[in-house]
Amino acid sequence: MTTTAELLKGAAELFPDEVVTQAHVRHLDLPQGAGRFALITLDNGFDHTKPTTFGPQSLANLNVAIDQVEKEAADGEIVGVGITGKPFIFAVGADLKGVELLKKHEDALAIGKGGHDVFKRLSALAVPTFAYYNGAAMGGGVEVGLHCSYRTVSKAVPAFSLPEVFLGLVPGWGGCVLLPNLIGADRAVSVIIENSLNQNKQLKGQQIYDLGIADALFEGADFLEQSLIWTASVLKGETEVVRAELDRGDAWDQAVARGKAIADGKVHGAAPAAYRALDIIAKAKNGDLRQGFDAEDQALADLIMGGELRSGIYSFNLVQKRAKRPAGAPDKKLARPVTKVGVVGAGLMASQLALLFARRLEVPVVLTDIDQARIDKGVEYVHGEIDKLLLKGRVNQDKANRLKGLVTGVLDKADGFADADFIIEAVFEEMGVKQQVFAEVEAVAPAHAILATNTSSLSVSEMASKLKHPERVVGFHFFNPVAILPLLEIVRGEKTDDASLATAFSVAKSLKKTAVLCKDAPAFVVNRILTRFMGEIQNVIDEGTPVAVAEKAVEPLGLPMSPLVLLELVGPAIGLHVSETLNRAFPERFKVSPNLKAVVDAGKRGFYVYDSGAPELDPEVAALLQQGDTVLTEEQTRDRVLDAVAQEIGLMLDEGVVAEAQDIDLCLITGAGWPFHLGGITPYLDRAGVSERVNGKKFLAPGVASVPA
Amino acid sequence: MPRTARDVVFVDGVRTPFGKAGPKGIYHETRADDLVVKCIRELLRRNPDLDPARIDEVALAATTQIGDQGLTLGRTAGILAGLPQSVPGFSIDRMCAGAMTAVTSIAGGVSFGAYDIALAGGVEHMGRHPMGEGVDPNPRFVSEKLVDQSALFMGMTAENLHDRLPHITKQRADEYAVRSQEKAAKAYADGKIQADLVPVSVRRTNAEAGETGWGLATADEPMRPGTTLENLASLKTPFRPHGRVTAGNAAGLNDGATASLIAAEDVARELGLPVKMRLVDYAFAGVEPEVMGIGPVPATEKALAKAGLTIDDIGLFEINEAFAVQVLSLLDHYGIADDDPRVNQYGGAIAFGHPLASSGVRLMTQLARQFEEQPHVRYGITTMCVGFGMGGTVIWENPHFEGNK
Repeated sequence: MTTTAELLKGAAELFPDEVVTQAHVRHLDLPQGAGRFALITLDNGFDHTKPTTFGPQSLANLNVAIDQVEKEAADGEIVGVGITGKPFIFAVGADLKGVELLKKHEDALAIGKGGHDVFKRLSALAVPTFAYYNGAAMGGGVEVGLHCSYRTVSKAVPAFSLPEVFLGLVPGWGGCVLLPNLIGADRAVSVIIENSLNQNKQLKGQQIYDLGIADALFEGADFLEQSLIWTASVLKGETEVVRAELDRGDAWDQAVARGKAIADGKVHGAAPAAYRALDIIAKAKNGDLRQGFDAEDQALADLIMGGELRSGIYSFNLVQKRAKRPAGAPDKKLARPVTKVGVVGAGLMASQLALLFARRLEVPVVLTDIDQARIDKGVEYVHGEIDKLLLKGRVNQDKANRLKGLVTGVLDKADGFADADFIIEAVFEEMGVKQQVFAEVEAVAPAHAILATNTSSLSVSEMASKLKHPERVVGFHFFNPVAILPLLEIVRGEKTDDASLATAFSVAKSLKKTAVLCKDAPAFVVNRILTRFMGEIQNVIDEGTPVAVAEKAVEPLGLPMSPLVLLELVGPAIGLHVSETLNRAFPERFKVSPNLKAVVDAGKRGFYVYDSGAPELDPEVAALLQQGDTVLTEEQTRDRVLDAVAQEIGLMLDEGVVAEAQDIDLCLITGAGWPFHLGGITPYLDRAGVSERVNGKKFLAPGVASVPA
Repeated sequence: MPRTARDVVFVDGVRTPFGKAGPKGIYHETRADDLVVKCIRELLRRNPDLDPARIDEVALAATTQIGDQGLTLGRTAGILAGLPQSVPGFSIDRMCAGAMTAVTSIAGGVSFGAYDIALAGGVEHMGRHPMGEGVDPNPRFVSEKLVDQSALFMGMTAENLHDRLPHITKQRADEYAVRSQEKAAKAYADGKIQADLVPVSVRRTNAEAGETGWGLATADEPMRPGTTLENLASLKTPFRPHGRVTAGNAAGLNDGATASLIAAEDVARELGLPVKMRLVDYAFAGVEPEVMGIGPVPATEKALAKAGLTIDDIGLFEINEAFAVQVLSLLDHYGIADDDPRVNQYGGAIAFGHPLASSGVRLMTQLARQFEEQPHVRYGITTMCVGFGMGGTVIWENPHFEGNK
């Protein structure tokens, strides 16, 4: 049988680039004469910008530290052992880079078992153990503390989570077993399932204490001192730690059922991690830790060798890394400063843009429109939204005053735009109107000003074609709701120059948007894929498949809402408009659905009524539908739709609409809310065999969002 | 409108353990502002009846007011300690007597009626801010012979004091130092010191200095219990060849912080706060900078005269031991024996250390403990010498005094 040390040594050899965490052991005299104490500090030697993680060598280091304190405890040299982190960071869990490299089930099993074997030694020491959560703690960082006898937490802890399910894993170093046994199944489900699937929601110090994860809460200013004083008092028997009694009856099962409902609502069974975690939580009811840890090891190994985790890590890398360094963006040194923004139009979209620019850039923003009444309405809308932010406490009064002062409106573009550096139009989606607007703007704006368009489907190059300086026109396509969806498609027209494009990316960064560079192709990225996707569903319905079957067919994709609910949100008229645009560009693939046209012509805002609380097909819409007699099953529908999407993405990549498939996924995750745990869509298409069926090859290289060969 | 001066009391005082300055010292990787923040928070914890919003001022001393000792420490440390934003603060400097001056300045304000209750203390991280860091003495000091060059180097001024008072020999200074270590060790053994220390978490990343990771400072690092005359005799005299001042009969270079609560007596009583000492009077005095160690003599003379007391009225002395010779010069002036039991009962800075601007409050905290235990004593003084030729003395009355009952 291999020892823990050997197991970790083998694992470490697979991961030579690990940023290694040291486990320093230092001895101290506890206050109040409580005795000699060994404190382990987890520290990777970098500052807080590079948080401490656990790779195999790091675990081996902790193992050696525990060797030392185990002996001291057995020899009666110390009265307790503590574990804490470097300033601002406790530990943020397993090193994902190491997980990505794993190719074999047994190696994956070794990682799970290695972590368990090391951590559980803490609970087996001859003296009590204490975890001091001094800063950010995630995953394995949280779990190492769960193996201790007691925990304290700093009020200043900004982020604390078990994010494994979010990534496609289970908390597998004790989290699934120990947490419900500490705080009960219901609270554990909230942390492990609900928070994870709620965009990886983080807990703060006070909540960690309120949940019962920590036994004591102290302020950041002297957290470690107070923790050690508390430790002394616990060891001397002066402080008794009382924890809530656990309900191991029906409440446990109900909690697991609640977790399952949450998972169903978010991933519709399409990703296994949450369900595996819930299985382990369910079994933890009997308090058998050993059995639970074995189940965690198996679940970890299975999930590490499955595509979903790799997709989760892929998504994580897209939004954390690729989003920060947009592929194809010019040198940022070329960007020009933007000290004033102009917005053409004062409608709802324009007003939302004005608010966003004012909040993020904190420069004057001037709205214009064709009459004073519209302008006043737009400015009033923005000021009203700022008041709402004030009421919610998101900005203070000074900031609200400042923001309101920044947003003004004028009728005469010459007055408003003469010193603007960046002017964006959000007027009616028609080429002639937009060309006219840009011509007027060019006549009054400074020569260096960027002219940006928020068009969702018109050609940026054509829009620029009649200007004296087309090189400064860029597409700047936001997604609704503008304040929430991170994606911004930045479109390079035929003549757009690098300085203008660099300025656009710089503005996007200030706006805290995820910018993706797109070619000036019809409907750019998200709308083109969504329209193809929706169009194929519409085709299937038009040909005769019942609406309910078509809707249900794509549930396994884990989309944020069903296709027809999405259509309702976008507005059937807009959906129709985009499909007409794409139909003109690619008539062989994009049809204009007669049924959709009929629904729009009838003035309907959607397919459903909600009289019963749940969506039901509107009888008036049902009466409008003219369906054929080809009825497909859910599976057949799904194949049709996925084939269409795979084909469209393949064509887009051939056309060079974006640099790589990664950008498609980044767009779908951040602009359309497509599922993180599936890696957007291309990893799913690859895994499901659709890519090869349709295009003869996978979108992504082996090892990218998949287990390396 | 006529005013009535109010009685001012010392409510409570705490300090960090003192550390040795330098790369191996316990606080080498700890910020100075953090040290004093821990003291402020400890005072608030120890006095839960005090609403922090009642604090009218935070006066913090540091000699070198740059970096983590700059930025108007009284204000910034207040914010870092979690005091309400409404509580103002300022920084103060009288070198070694910084914390003492923080107390006396605040006391003046309390007595005048400007403050009801305030925080006063000091910090010096001599590891991060070595003595003389960033100084730029005016060349006129030397060219016009305003002071001798040795006046800028405290060790040299101590040698100068030995010159002036030749009967204070190296032997006497060493004997005094040994006693200081003995008394300090006994005070620790008797638990007199620990009660007013706030533990400080300390990080170490340099393995050459010892075990790495987080630790906890709970005791004064400079202490050398078991020091003998023989040990001291062998030490070098760094300030002049064959001199008398050594690392053994002087305070070292140290890191540490102190803080105290100073209040109007009626306010302290109204709030149910402890009254540990009552301020009788204080005085600062200047002397020749070359022999700054003699400063406590005129300062004490002046304070006693103002209070209408004589040295015989003083039952306890807390004299800062920057140098043994400086303590002995005061004792000799008043004909007090070197080993008089009223003097520095717990030992002094030779054992505990002297982080310049923080030390004044350490003297007061120790005197307050002694008052509590010795109700037969009515008056005590805290006194210290100050660079560039000054001394400061504060006379305190023991509120526990039972003599007249």
